[in-house]
Amino acid sequence: MMTATPTEMMTIAAARLLTNEDVCFVGIGAPSAACNLARLTHAPKITLIYESGTLSTRPTVLPLSIGDGELCDTALTTVSVPEMFRYWLQGGRITIGFLGGAQIDRFANLNTTVVGPYDAPKVRLPGGGGAPEIAIHCGQIFITMAMGSRAFVETLPFITSFGHGTGKGDRAKLGLKTRGPTKIITDLCVMEPDPETSELTVVSLHPGVTREQVQAGCGWPLRFAAELAETPAASVQELAVLRDLHIRTKHAHGVAA
Amino acid sequence: MAEFVSLAQGVEAVLSDGCSVAMEGFTHLIPHAAGHEVIRQARKRLTLIRMTPDLVYDQMIGMGCAEKLVFSWGGNPGVGSLHRFRDAVENGWPHKLEIEEHSHAAMANAYEAGAANLPFAVFRGYKGVDLPKVNPKIKSVTCPYTGEVLATVPAIRPDAAIIHALKADREGNVLLEGIVGVQKEAVLAAKRSLVTVEEIVDDFGPRNANAVILPAWTVTAIAHVPGGAYPSYAQGYYKRANDFYIAWDKIARERETFLAWIKANVLEKGPEAFAQHARPSRQAA
Repeated sequence: MMTATPTEMMTIAAARLLTNEDVCFVGIGAPSAACNLARLTHAPKITLIYESGTLSTRPTVLPLSIGDGELCDTALTTVSVPEMFRYWLQGGRITIGFLGGAQIDRFANLNTTVVGPYDAPKVRLPGGGGAPEIAIHCGQIFITMAMGSRAFVETLPFITSFGHGTGKGDRAKLGLKTRGPTKIITDLCVMEPDPETSELTVVSLHPGVTREQVQAGCGWPLRFAAELAETPAASVQELAVLRDLHIRTKHAHGVAA
Repeated sequence: MAEFVSLAQGVEAVLSDGCSVAMEGFTHLIPHAAGHEVIRQARKRLTLIRMTPDLVYDQMIGMGCAEKLVFSWGGNPGVGSLHRFRDAVENGWPHKLEIEEHSHAAMANAYEAGAANLPFAVFRGYKGVDLPKVNPKIKSVTCPYTGEVLATVPAIRPDAAIIHALKADREGNVLLEGIVGVQKEAVLAAKRSLVTVEEIVDDFGPRNANAVILPAWTVTAIAHVPGGAYPSYAQGYYKRANDFYIAWDKIARERETFLAWIKANVLEKGPEAFAQHARPSRQAA
């Protein structure tokens, strides 16, 4: 019997949330792995869109970058980058945006810009890219991030993408009609914003994970749902498809598996 | 009307010290050979504009060509940091780099506004985030019809645009297909433009009617540089060298290995070094 690693469990738990009806704006890394795993297992008709302009793409290997040739070769069509951001994202045609980040706070705001002061950063991160507008235009946002107390922090030094601000109602105050982050899928658990306060609440622990482990990977006192579920273990098929995908990908990128 | 020139002549024609330049290509068709020529010509005090300043800008920043960077995402896609960019921002090496930071949506809209001869771009963006606090160019406007407050950024109007394309015909018309990014907008927004191409053909022949064509009269100079996008790629010609992007992380991490790489691969070489990468994708596979 195969057992999933924490990272594999994160990808598989995220993939299970996707359906054939979804139109996903896909980022590189865990989101791309999750979306393609869903497409290769239970959601073959899912629509995947990458910000480089590829609509309805079906890559056989995971792209290293959002603009790999594989994405264009297997897409229904490819549009220019201004069109992607104006018509497709801002136009409101995307149901799910997948984001990750270097840091997240208890209301699912994300930082991918700097650690430390902006003008004299301790660590300069890549920046926002598409994320600030993905976070406000997609119907809802799924976030995948590995837990750790440097990533799940009490206070963000910089807000790159808006989640739920300082709590329930903040999105509406900004005039946003989209739902924002609805699921945070980590390597240890799944969190959802509390319906009353929008504070992230652990709703499901991955197999074998304890509350203490989850709390140790988080920089603020975490809330747990009254009825805490256990994430179903990875199936043999889910693991096999995901591992095959990663092996194909490593070969394609010139890195030995 | 586009003039056919060598790469060195083309860079000289469109760029001088202190210019602003947009070298675009969204993963696909990134003008690496032209970036190397800018380094060989030791251009200084440039304002570098690019949505995704990846390896080519990391190299130019590390060699001290840039005074300012206008960008929206500065990393090595799927790999990690741009170490030369980070060294410039975090430690001021080789000198301090001024930054003007945006989101992708803002820059894409700003290029369109530049191409459309508008003073600024308007879009629904930057809600609830900190970038407008650190970038005074991000402002807002109230819609005269609905009262909605919308984000604005100034149009991008670079002195020069430099792009890589698939083909030019003998008249100097330029064709690109595949992931077309913001290259068309960058050329139309700029005062002068240089296009490096994989191939010069008598006639484009049968083509997709919706292919991106830049007519000869919109382009300043064209240089034939086969392989000129490597390690980026040219659809139908050669694939993205993902292994090089992974290798760059190690090369660029330390100043010494970076400088040694630049000396051996840029300063002591010319554009012909790119030709070996121009073989068709099916042979490269």
